[in-house]
Amino acid sequence: MIATIAAAAIRFLCGARAHGHPDAHCSRPVVYFANHTSHLDFPLVWAALDPRIRAVTRPVAAADYWGRSRSRRILALGVFNAILIDRGHVSRRNHPVKLLADAVAHGQSLIVFPEGTRSSDARIRPFKSGLFYLTKALPDTLFIPVYIDNLNRILPKGEFIPVPMMSSITFGLPMEAHAGEHRNAFLARALNALEAMAPL
Amino acid sequence: MNILLDNEMKWLAGAVIVFLALSSITAFILKKTLKSDEGLALTANLTSRIRAWWLMVAIFFAALLTRGVGTIILFAVTSFLAFREYVTITPTHRRDHRALFWAFFVILPVQYYFLYIHWYGMFSIFIPVYAFIFIPIRLVLSGSYERFLERTAAIQWGLMVCVYFVSHVPALLMLDIKGYENRNASLLFFLVLVVEIGDVFQYVWGKLCGKRPIAPSISPNKTVAGFVGGVLTASLVGAALWKVTPFTPLQALAVSLLITVLGFFGGLTMSAIKRDRGVKDYGTALGGHGGVMDRIDSLCFAAPVFFHVVRYFFT
Repeated sequence: MIATIAAAAIRFLCGARAHGHPDAHCSRPVVYFANHTSHLDFPLVWAALDPRIRAVTRPVAAADYWGRSRSRRILALGVFNAILIDRGHVSRRNHPVKLLADAVAHGQSLIVFPEGTRSSDARIRPFKSGLFYLTKALPDTLFIPVYIDNLNRILPKGEFIPVPMMSSITFGLPMEAHAGEHRNAFLARALNALEAMAPL
Repeated sequence: MNILLDNEMKWLAGAVIVFLALSSITAFILKKTLKSDEGLALTANLTSRIRAWWLMVAIFFAALLTRGVGTIILFAVTSFLAFREYVTITPTHRRDHRALFWAFFVILPVQYYFLYIHWYGMFSIFIPVYAFIFIPIRLVLSGSYERFLERTAAIQWGLMVCVYFVSHVPALLMLDIKGYENRNASLLFFLVLVVEIGDVFQYVWGKLCGKRPIAPSISPNKTVAGFVGGVLTASLVGAALWKVTPFTPLQALAVSLLITVLGFFGGLTMSAIKRDRGVKDYGTALGGHGGVMDRIDSLCFAAPVFFHVVRYFFT
C-alpha cells in the first residue's frame, strides 16, 4: 500500500514515462543496470516497474548516503527495501558481489548503477568492474539496461530540492556475458547498450 | 465567486455533450467504413482527439460545479503541467535550479492565490513586476553569468505564457458585469468554446481545401484557407452564442473574430518554440501522447486580451 502510493508520487514528481517493457521478465530474478545522475534514479526505476516485479526488486544503494540519517535509512530500507552497500570498508564477509548474488539466489531482482557514483552532467561515466563480476557470480541471470533521461535536471548533484520537470525511463533488451568474454569487452558492450538508448 | 448553474449553463452543457456524442458516432462509423491504412490512421487520430475532448469537458464541468474554487484549482494545475512541459524542452542551466523551484512552487501558487482572494491589482502585476524582478536577482545570486539574458528571458517567458496568461481564463469569474450577475461561468465557457472551435475548424478547412501554408517553416499544416475558414466558422458560432454573453450579436461577432485570430497566433508562436527545440509536441518531448501545452496553446494569447476587452468595455 505504502509502496504503491510512493511509486505513484515518484512517477508524478518526475513526470516519468516508461518505454520498453518494464513488465517483462517477471518469471525469474534479473539485474537492472542504469545510468546514474541523481538521487532520484533508483526510486524512479523502482517506481516504474510493474507492481508484481517491484515487490521482489531491491535497489542497491550506497550506505554512506542512504544510511547516514535515520529518516533516509527508514526510506531506503522500509519503503524501497534497498540493499545498502558499504563503499568504505569492503571485506570478504560483506563483499558487495557476494551480498548481491545471495539476494538473487533468494529470488530477488536488483537495480544497480555500474558507474558507482552520480555523473554531474548527462554523460555516462565508465563502468566499474563490479557489474562484470556480478555476471560471473550469476551466470544464468539476465542483465537489463535501463536508460534514465532528464533526472539530472530534476534533482542535480549538489541540490536537495527537486524541480518537477518531465523525465523518461527506457527498458532495453536483456543481455548476458558470453562465456570467456573479457572484462573490458563486456563492460564496453554494457555501456554501449545504455548509450544506444540515449536521445540524440 | 459568482457562479450559478442556471438553465443557460445546462443548455450549453447539453449542446456540447450532444455535439461530442455525434462526433464519437461519426468517428465510429468512419472506423467501420474506411479500410485503407491512411483512413485507419486518420480515424485513430480522430478517436483519440475526441476522447481527450470528453475528458476535458468532464473536468471542466466538474470544476464549474464547485462554484469557482474548482475552476481556479483546475487552471492552476493546467499552468503547472504546461510550465513543466515548457521547462523540460527549454535548455535551462544547472544554476537555474533554485530559480525554477521558486517559479514552480511559489510564484505559480501565489498568482492563483491572488485570484482566489479577488485581489485584482496584485493578480495583474505580480508576475510582470515582482516575479520578473525576482528571477534575475535569483539568477545573479546563483553565481553564473553564462547566457544570462537568455536564461532569465526563458524563465520569464514561461511564467508569462504558462502561468500569467492562462490564469486569465478563470479570472473571468472575478469580473462584475452589470446585468450579467452570476453568469460569468458562461463567459468562460464562451471563450474556451470559440477558441477551440476555431482550432478544430482550422484543421477541418485546412484538410478540405487548404493549399497555401501561412508559415511553411513553422507549421506547414496551417494554411490560408484553413485560417480564414476556421476564424469565420468560429466567429459565426460565437455570434450565434450572443445570448449567453453580455454582448450584442455584432459585439459577439467582433469579440469572436479577435479571440480566434489571437488563438491562431498563440498556436503558431508555441509551434515556433517547439520547432526551435526540435520537438513535435510538448508532451512527446520525451515520448508518449501530446501534452497539456499542445491543447491550450491557442488560449494563451486569447485569454488575457478577452479578459481586458470585457473588463474595459463591460464593467
